[in-house]
Amino acid sequence: MTHMPKINRRSFIINVAAAGAGLTLGIKLPFATDEARAADVIRAADGSPEIDAWVVIRPDDTVVIRVARSEMGQGTMTGLAQLVAEELGCDWSKVTTEFPTPGQNVARKRVWGDFSTGGSHGIRDSHEYVRKGGAAARIMLIQAAAAAWNVPAAECTAANSVITHKASNRTVTFGKVAEAAAKLDPPKDIPLKDPKDWTIAGKPLKRLDTPDKIVGKTVFGIDTRMPGMLYAAISACPVFGGKLQSYDEASIQDMKGVKKVVKVGNNAVAVVADSWWRAKKALEAMTIAWDNGENAKVSSATIANFLKDGLEAEQAFVGNKAGDAKGALAGAAKVIEATYSYPYQNHAPLEPMNATALYKPDRCEVWCSTQNGEAALAATSEASGLPVAQCDVHKTFLGGGFGRRGQTDFVRQAVAIAKELPGTPVKLLWSREEDMTHCFYHPITQCKMTAGFDANKNLIALHMRVSGQSILATVFPGRMDKDGRDPVVFQGLNPGGPEGAFGYDIPNLLIDHAMRNPSVPAGFWRGVNTNHNAIYVETFMDQLAHEIGEDPLAFRLKYLKPKHAAVLKAVADKAGYGTPAPQGVYRGLAQIMGFGSYVAACAEVSVKDGQVKIHRIVGGTNSGHAANPELIARQVEGSFVYGLSAMMYGACTVRGGHIEQRNFDTYQVMRIDEMPKVEAIVMPDGEFWGGVGEPTIAVAAPAVLNAIAAATGKRIRNFPLKDNDLSAA
Amino acid sequence: MVALSVNGKSYNVDVESDTPLLWVLRDTIGLTGTKYGCGIAQCGACTVHIDGVATRSCQVPVGTVGAKNITTIEALAQDGKLHAVQKAWLDLDVPQCGYCQSGMIMAAVSLLKQNPKPTDADIDAAMTNICRCGTYQRIRAAIHTAANA
Repeated sequence: MTHMPKINRRSFIINVAAAGAGLTLGIKLPFATDEARAADVIRAADGSPEIDAWVVIRPDDTVVIRVARSEMGQGTMTGLAQLVAEELGCDWSKVTTEFPTPGQNVARKRVWGDFSTGGSHGIRDSHEYVRKGGAAARIMLIQAAAAAWNVPAAECTAANSVITHKASNRTVTFGKVAEAAAKLDPPKDIPLKDPKDWTIAGKPLKRLDTPDKIVGKTVFGIDTRMPGMLYAAISACPVFGGKLQSYDEASIQDMKGVKKVVKVGNNAVAVVADSWWRAKKALEAMTIAWDNGENAKVSSATIANFLKDGLEAEQAFVGNKAGDAKGALAGAAKVIEATYSYPYQNHAPLEPMNATALYKPDRCEVWCSTQNGEAALAATSEASGLPVAQCDVHKTFLGGGFGRRGQTDFVRQAVAIAKELPGTPVKLLWSREEDMTHCFYHPITQCKMTAGFDANKNLIALHMRVSGQSILATVFPGRMDKDGRDPVVFQGLNPGGPEGAFGYDIPNLLIDHAMRNPSVPAGFWRGVNTNHNAIYVETFMDQLAHEIGEDPLAFRLKYLKPKHAAVLKAVADKAGYGTPAPQGVYRGLAQIMGFGSYVAACAEVSVKDGQVKIHRIVGGTNSGHAANPELIARQVEGSFVYGLSAMMYGACTVRGGHIEQRNFDTYQVMRIDEMPKVEAIVMPDGEFWGGVGEPTIAVAAPAVLNAIAAATGKRIRNFPLKDNDLSAA
Repeated sequence: MVALSVNGKSYNVDVESDTPLLWVLRDTIGLTGTKYGCGIAQCGACTVHIDGVATRSCQVPVGTVGAKNITTIEALAQDGKLHAVQKAWLDLDVPQCGYCQSGMIMAAVSLLKQNPKPTDADIDAAMTNICRCGTYQRIRAAIHTAANA
């Protein structure tokens, strides 16, 4: 597949620049021989007609499907293309894709909708309008063929990129009628197929991006190359909130290849050179003085004390309430308590942050891996000082995102640097060390769980108090509610709603949050707040079952809502829960609703000499619909690796106001030798559209922790696991 | 100037001899299929073959390579035909984001050259590269598929 028109980069830049100048009129490039006739046809850069914003058809029948969302491994590009192709009725083997630019989207009144790719929203938020994009194009292609044949459109059908008029036994391919179809008015009424009639969507088709990814051809942001390009290495103040005080530019100006030293904002300095290695070496050789400020006093211990205070604080934001939890706890026959903590995590996508910027006095363009093309465009405009209409962002494939690339800090830096070198493209690349120490980290939290049982062992009350950091307070303060509260902290804990409802019906329930925001910036990290919320709820529920002598599955099912229960039962059944496990192997369960989907896991674990071995995890997900069940199975497998890496090894600790871990030697992650066998159950019930990129990440850790408890009797409540000693257990 | 043989072609590159091979491949020669992930030989995204052996190019000063033959992901397929490992990767649709996969494939090819029928334990020992998307299960399956091809 191609993510850019098949022309060389130089002419691509020129074409986009030309398109930019005429963007208010749509992309009308002078390729048509008859300008007047083609006046209303919008054309792709290679001159092929756009049937509508989502579908371009080339004369050779190639179907170019526009994908607005970013592809970072989750497979959205393939899944969205399947939805468009399904309604279009095209030959899947003729499908290729391209990413429209955010600048084009803005200029065309956001014809492609939202570009933001996070929160597992890619497909669930856009499935309807992308399917309509495919269906409208099919209607127009049929109409064009019917007009040419002088027959009613209703007598024609489209399948496999061929339009057929059965009565007269005539056929024509899409490519032959694309020009005529592109001139038609789009239909007003656009019915969609019943998903049960799907032949492309919903099927386990191969990913469109694999062929390029196995030969090293895929272009990630870091791979951007342009004639005359220079390279920048950067260092920002290691202490959050600290500032750049001074730097000794003279000491490196004679180093080979060094072109410029640029102060970036008030907290960073970059060296620009003719190769990245030379830039990095010079940066490391340069003496830099930081004004660390007050936050230099912050450490993991001060943060822990700050959060601990929130566990008992009077004031807290109530997220879910039923009955009178505190009153019921006071009168309960048996009360059980436990406290927990969850550390900062770095996303650590394998491609470090980077962006390439080309600034000219009248135009600024950026090439980068981004989860939010429009936010990157806004950042480009702000950092360059140019209006949005004179800027654009070219999205590449992402070498992992996991939430980190929804931020635009690295884009702003790249533009600020390029602005000092007008006309010269500059590629800013962060070292892994810079990336590890300048993240928007998974928020840090602590939690106190308190449960009350009546004399008949009925769970009558639960109070869950989370104390900790708000992501919105760092990245979207404007989205907090009018009283400065962050409703996102209750992911998976909400009283209802389509996003993440709490699964258990408990008569007296109180879930509240005491916000405590340390100086370390927080951000969206795959799974977001469900990661710790699921650990707190699901390991505590498991403990409650054990303490009252009930089976953890049976205990949960007494209180779980039907959809939550169904997926938990499915994984338990497939894992053989209730039947004997292999010698020395123990099982653990967990469930949650997150990102609109119901998910569960059953883990099989053994513990020998303090070493945990995860043998197998059955993961289940009910995402309502499935654009491609194989893509979902991959998300289940991959999310488990991500979630378990964090649980077993992940922790970004703070000393002197900065993050201590600087690379993968100290921020360890799972490798293949620890990979359990993962079996995914994809069980869409057809009743809603849920997300799939994130939900299952949250159940891996608690399922494994519950299995560890079954094996050892020990409940791990502080993370990562590697800091706990299981050898005596 | 440092002389270098990459994918069967000779290059003379104007870099300091202590420059890591990774950056010469990516920035000087323009072979961007080989990736930077950590710079300290932890992640394996920069894995190439030096005389057929999987090597983390971020730790190889270009001046130490000499006349040895370097092969990168771009030259693994021969005459338009995918290597058996690439074919297995394609058949099992292994990659997600794909960023680590060049290094994974180069490591797997090297493993199979030394050990044509690796066991799971052999794979665990040899495949120490990092994949943040978590494609390990399919990588293991694809190595077995390639071994049996």
